[in-house]
Amino acid sequence: MTALLLARAQFAFVVSFHFLFPAFSIGLASYLAVLEGLWLRTGRGVYANLYRYWLKIFAVVFAMGVVSGIVMSYQFGTNWSVFSDKAGPVIGPLMAYEVLTAFFLEAGFLGVMLFGINKVGKGLHFTATLAVAIGTFISAFWILAVNSWMQTPVGYEIGANGQFLPGPSWAAIILSPSLPYRLVHTVLAAYLTTAFAVGGVGAWHLLKDRANPGARKMFSMAMWMAALVAPIQILAGDAHGLNTLEHQPIKVLAMEGDYRPSPAGAPLVLFGFPDSEAGKVNAELAVPKMGSLILKHDPNAPLPGLTDYPRDQWPPVPIVFWAFRIMVGLGFAMFGLGLWSLAARMRRKLYDWPWLHRAALVMGPAGFVAVIAGWVVTEVGRQPFTIYGLLRTADSAAPLAAPAVASSLLAFVLTYFVVFGMGIWYLLKLMHKPPEAHETMLDGTPTRSAGVTPAPAVLEGGAS
Amino acid sequence: MIDLTVVWAIIIGIAITAYVVMDGFDLGIGMLFPLLEPGADRDRAMNSIAPVWDGNETWLVMGGGGLLAAFPLAYAIILPALYAPLTAMLLGLVLRGVAFEFRWRDPAHRKAWDIAFPLGSAVATLAQGITLGALLQGIHVEGRAYAGGWWDWLSPFSLLTGVGLVIGYSLLGACWLNWKTDGALQDKAVRYAGRLGTALLAAIGAVSLATLTLDAQYYHRWLAYPGIFATALVPLATLAVTALFYRSLARRQHAGPFLWALGLFGLCLVGLGISIWPYVIPARVTIWEAAAPLRSQVFMLIGAGIMLPIILLYTGWAYWVFRGKVGHEGYH
Repeated sequence: MTALLLARAQFAFVVSFHFLFPAFSIGLASYLAVLEGLWLRTGRGVYANLYRYWLKIFAVVFAMGVVSGIVMSYQFGTNWSVFSDKAGPVIGPLMAYEVLTAFFLEAGFLGVMLFGINKVGKGLHFTATLAVAIGTFISAFWILAVNSWMQTPVGYEIGANGQFLPGPSWAAIILSPSLPYRLVHTVLAAYLTTAFAVGGVGAWHLLKDRANPGARKMFSMAMWMAALVAPIQILAGDAHGLNTLEHQPIKVLAMEGDYRPSPAGAPLVLFGFPDSEAGKVNAELAVPKMGSLILKHDPNAPLPGLTDYPRDQWPPVPIVFWAFRIMVGLGFAMFGLGLWSLAARMRRKLYDWPWLHRAALVMGPAGFVAVIAGWVVTEVGRQPFTIYGLLRTADSAAPLAAPAVASSLLAFVLTYFVVFGMGIWYLLKLMHKPPEAHETMLDGTPTRSAGVTPAPAVLEGGAS
Repeated sequence: MIDLTVVWAIIIGIAITAYVVMDGFDLGIGMLFPLLEPGADRDRAMNSIAPVWDGNETWLVMGGGGLLAAFPLAYAIILPALYAPLTAMLLGLVLRGVAFEFRWRDPAHRKAWDIAFPLGSAVATLAQGITLGALLQGIHVEGRAYAGGWWDWLSPFSLLTGVGLVIGYSLLGACWLNWKTDGALQDKAVRYAGRLGTALLAAIGAVSLATLTLDAQYYHRWLAYPGIFATALVPLATLAVTALFYRSLARRQHAGPFLWALGLFGLCLVGLGISIWPYVIPARVTIWEAAAPLRSQVFMLIGAGIMLPIILLYTGWAYWVFRGKVGHEGYH
């Protein structure tokens, strides 16, 4: 194992683990804002109870997101110092903006959101929830701006010392060609991830007690999201794919498994085992012309193949190929469940159809798997470059010896599996408990301070 | 024309100061944790920082992210040079950060997380102190990269700075508990603060003297005539602030000892600035050599100029919401 490969393994490991938490907390923060808003508007206790139920889960998710995120902000320097030196003048300011406009906002209002319910009024508490939700979105914007620039770099100049320097327009750098597509696709993915997690939890409790008002409400809200957002996400994904074809054709050809050029229209490979040595997909199952129809909206449009490009610019094709199929397969499964829920709603069986609930339960973790698969498609698909077409991964790593990287990788793996393994166990424990009519706030909440008269407990909603 | 590189060095300095001011006491409470009685005392200590620890640690991200943005070359050299201590720091922060939430999730596991919390806090603090010492003692640089070995950071001096920071943060933690709690816990905090204050003064003295022997540049910077008339003010002020700290502690003031302890940290940072200015990597890379280009500096300055006052405003508000002594109610 070389130091480079170990450094890549380490980055893949810590970023994948990290990504699970913001993917959940971006959606969950918005969901909590919706629940609190609905409670303030309608006064119905079911919303207050659901707010408190999911707030406990949010607190655990957010804590894990924060600590795994701090690791990320140092990973660029410890393991990818040459990349940091070269790209720092361009991407550094974007990350600084993320800290200034998002991290502080989230962290500053999180304490009030979690513990301040009896200390500030309803309006201010709702403001805190909104601030956290908006913060998660702003954070997604900046970090995806960085990632998009690395995928589709524009607006830079090359300095005499080999550094990437900002050109005259920061807007060009921030709004790089793939950003709009990546932002929409990723944020929708976070919403869907949360919707299916919430839906799975709701389904689990409906299977045990279909009269539970909290379970009914969360399941219904989650299935609305599934039915409405899953189809939009498929369209957004398609648009993102077309954008990638324009700027990173090699990545798309790897996703599709198109080794040879298709002058008369490319097939859609449904299944197979890509073999880059042989330059073909083994045991291929393909629909003729469908590939061109999807990518060019014309069945006869010619498409290049990977063999049209130098071999040393190919990503690891099988990984990209399979991760793409996992993501797309789950996307369509989500769409299917959304349609099923609409049918159930029309037949007034949304809460009384155990098979629908079982399916929703199975699909509970689908978003997380899809998000990681999608991340693998775009990041592994960018290989062998860190800054696409300009800076190779092999030329980006820190001058580290393999044993140093191996030791830290081992330390991260052990710590993450123990810590986040326990964290996920606690999440499942919280989710296992049904939502109740008098849901409590967080355990250990510093509810009041001696000498400060607490405001009336604002969110102590009635029975649902 | 204002030199934006200097402005950015000051902003990074402010971020590091803000980090030490805010996260120091909550790491310190982590390290004092094993000395507190299990049960109500530990819960109160934890709750006195639970609403704010996340914001406090964000300053560390600001320091790291800001260094990458404003001084990318320094970031690219320092982080690999301090690979092992920084990795340990991050893992320590992971352990202690999740403990805030996890210890409430399962009573059967609380004991384990009540060990993880001080362990992570101590590892993170020790690693930060070692990082400081390793920077001061010098980093081997060739071209645009770190060129030393993987254990270069480890030396008696860096261990001394590591232990010094453990003492210092523990002092801040004890002073915070004095401020935010009452009864027996507060009395205990006052006793700890008294002992830690003396220990910190000794550590500051030891680190200062050791620094003078590290490099001729430090020696001249501090002791050359006539500059010594200015630099001598720092140790004199340190003694004066220590005296005021003890007076405040003896009068059983609540906020006073914490503020004076912060004063001691402030003087240490001033001393650090005197030692290394205008280098970002002492004796190797100056702030101008490491600086990002003007366009990056200007763009970020706009953001920092608008956002930092707003951040300080709502951070202040968040502290104000949780002002006063931590009560006993609300625990399960």
